[in-house]
Amino acid sequence: MSSFWSRFGKRAESSVADPNLVISVQGLTRTFGKFTAVADVSLDVRSGEIFGILGPNGAGKSTTIRMLCGIIKPSRGQGTVVGIDLLRQPERVKQHVGYMTQRFSLYEDLTVRENLEFYAGIYNVPYRRRGEVLDQAIERAGLEAFRRRVTGELSGGWKQRVALACATLHQPSLLVLDEPTANVDPVSRRAFWSRIHAVAAGGTAVLLTTHYMDEAERCHRVAFVARGQLLDIGTPAELVARRGLEVTELVASDAKQAESALSGLAGVEDLVRYGDVLRVTTRGIQRPLDVVKALLESQAIGVLRAESRLAGVEDAFISMLSPQERVAMGGAT
Amino acid sequence: MMRLLAVARKELRQLRRDRITFSFMVVVPLIQILLFGYAANTDVRHIRTVVLDHDQSAQSRDLVRSLEATGMYDVVGSVQRYDEIETLFRRGEARVAFVVADDFASNVRRGRTANLQLIVDGSDPQIVSIATFTAGSLVAARTNEMLMNRLRPALGAVALPFAVEPLVWYNGELKNSTYVVPGIIGLILSLTMVMLTSMAIARERERGTLEQLMVSPVRRGELIVGKIAPYVLIGYVQMTVVLIAGRVIFDVPIVGSLWLLYGLAFAFITASLALGMLLSTFARTQQQAVQISLLFLLPNVMLSGFLYPTEAMPEPARWLSQALPFTHFLRIVRGILLRGSELAQLQNELVWLCSILLCAVMLASLRFRKRLA
Repeated sequence: MSSFWSRFGKRAESSVADPNLVISVQGLTRTFGKFTAVADVSLDVRSGEIFGILGPNGAGKSTTIRMLCGIIKPSRGQGTVVGIDLLRQPERVKQHVGYMTQRFSLYEDLTVRENLEFYAGIYNVPYRRRGEVLDQAIERAGLEAFRRRVTGELSGGWKQRVALACATLHQPSLLVLDEPTANVDPVSRRAFWSRIHAVAAGGTAVLLTTHYMDEAERCHRVAFVARGQLLDIGTPAELVARRGLEVTELVASDAKQAESALSGLAGVEDLVRYGDVLRVTTRGIQRPLDVVKALLESQAIGVLRAESRLAGVEDAFISMLSPQERVAMGGAT
Repeated sequence: MMRLLAVARKELRQLRRDRITFSFMVVVPLIQILLFGYAANTDVRHIRTVVLDHDQSAQSRDLVRSLEATGMYDVVGSVQRYDEIETLFRRGEARVAFVVADDFASNVRRGRTANLQLIVDGSDPQIVSIATFTAGSLVAARTNEMLMNRLRPALGAVALPFAVEPLVWYNGELKNSTYVVPGIIGLILSLTMVMLTSMAIARERERGTLEQLMVSPVRRGELIVGKIAPYVLIGYVQMTVVLIAGRVIFDVPIVGSLWLLYGLAFAFITASLALGMLLSTFARTQQQAVQISLLFLLPNVMLSGFLYPTEAMPEPARWLSQALPFTHFLRIVRGILLRGSELAQLQNELVWLCSILLCAVMLASLRFRKRLA
């Protein structure tokens, strides 16, 4: 109880060289019995940065986030979050982190303002400043018209706004979003992303997990995780470039035959059929468009149309997964 | 402290908005007090009785009349043959039969023992003991009187060698409701306190808000105390409702200090709330929480001494009953309301309540930690 009053607003003494480094962890590992949920994860996230973690279910995304929030203790590794030692004082991290889940975790029987007021109390916003802080949060989220509405009556998009307002009420140094847009419509998703960028522009580091590839492309940097391991980290462009992938889309006279013909070709990373369009991802093949066309024509399969496409984050990510994981990601084999 | 208050305030707000819980608070106590006060009456009277009088004499009729005058027996008919009694017993139309032999009056006249046979349906042991006890004491009193009358001409004034003078203190009218109603306070509190807290925690789990709280700086202790505190208030409201209803409807006496009762109730209420917390760690949904609380109600009714005296229980059951907060509060509330007990006489119960509270809090927070890891 002694450190009770000194908690609010106090930034822990920073032992890190770079003061902009909000997350700095090395070799973070968490085991549950014999099972290793997260192995040897090292990350640096700076303030103002939007950092995405992309991975299939069970890849260790949640465990990683939970370690970074101070909810579960790492089994091995070291690091700081907001300058606080994650192994020695995980509890103290919580005051400086805002957290939002995909379920939004609001009290649906309370009004918008009451929800905000609750989180203001939980995060020790002083009584003197409370009215002001709440009004600002309501204004920022554009919730003026809804402040007295019971949260349960709001639509998914509005609930998300309230949840984000709750999570950022205490102006955290780090905002953690666990699959934030899983339950909202596309219009709300766009609005949400513009608010996330606004939050980051204010100097908050944003860490989020997602299944959506287009969302991963909106992050400043992305980490690919699978099997509890970090596969790669970089800007979306870097991640794509590093894979050296080339994509060819074509329509063949017989899509099934074309598929089986191409699956034998060396250098084909991924092969997906959408209706009669075949998407061929290759690596290390010079002029893949010509090679693919020639192969099909040599087997008497007509090519009606064929063009090169730019490889995206999705292609880069899929190419790093095992076939089983591709199934787990949603049948993209 | 700020976080604790924030949790308590939020909980109160949710409570106020929840009509069902709100009515639960006031309506359930009233229903229970009426049910237990009126219906769960263990005063046995008006046992249906038949008479098989082979003698048909003035003496035999006189004895039957005076037995009926005790109020315990309602003579619903007379029969001519023995086997008719059996038929009536089997039909459930009578539970007791008086059988008078044809030599009853002549035996009385000749100074021999005149026998009255009392046949009782033993299915309900409580009826057996009351039926035989009443008849036995009445006949004994009659016998004494006749013996004295016979001896007086020869010996002059005679005194009975022994006499029992029963003097009942506290609840002198032996009213069942006086005994039961104070207990209802405890029964209602143990049910609602346990149920409401376990539901409150399960609700947070169900809606995902518990996950959110775990990420926040709220400590386990702050969360538990903050969530429990508003229910203490509800506990006191319920207690007051039952006390007033008991006083107005059933004329339950309040001999001792109400302040003492309200003070000691705090230990009981918090212990029940902590038990609710503990039980909530076993429930994933609100529905499960309700089921577990109802399961918990059963030993409270059976073992606490609310319906059956703990003295009559076998040793293991008595030990188990000590672990229930209700057992101790029952002694407190009956002691204060009916006998005017003071703190010094109730300190044992207080110590028990505090120990239960401590154990429940410790176990609950251990279980909490486990569930979250």
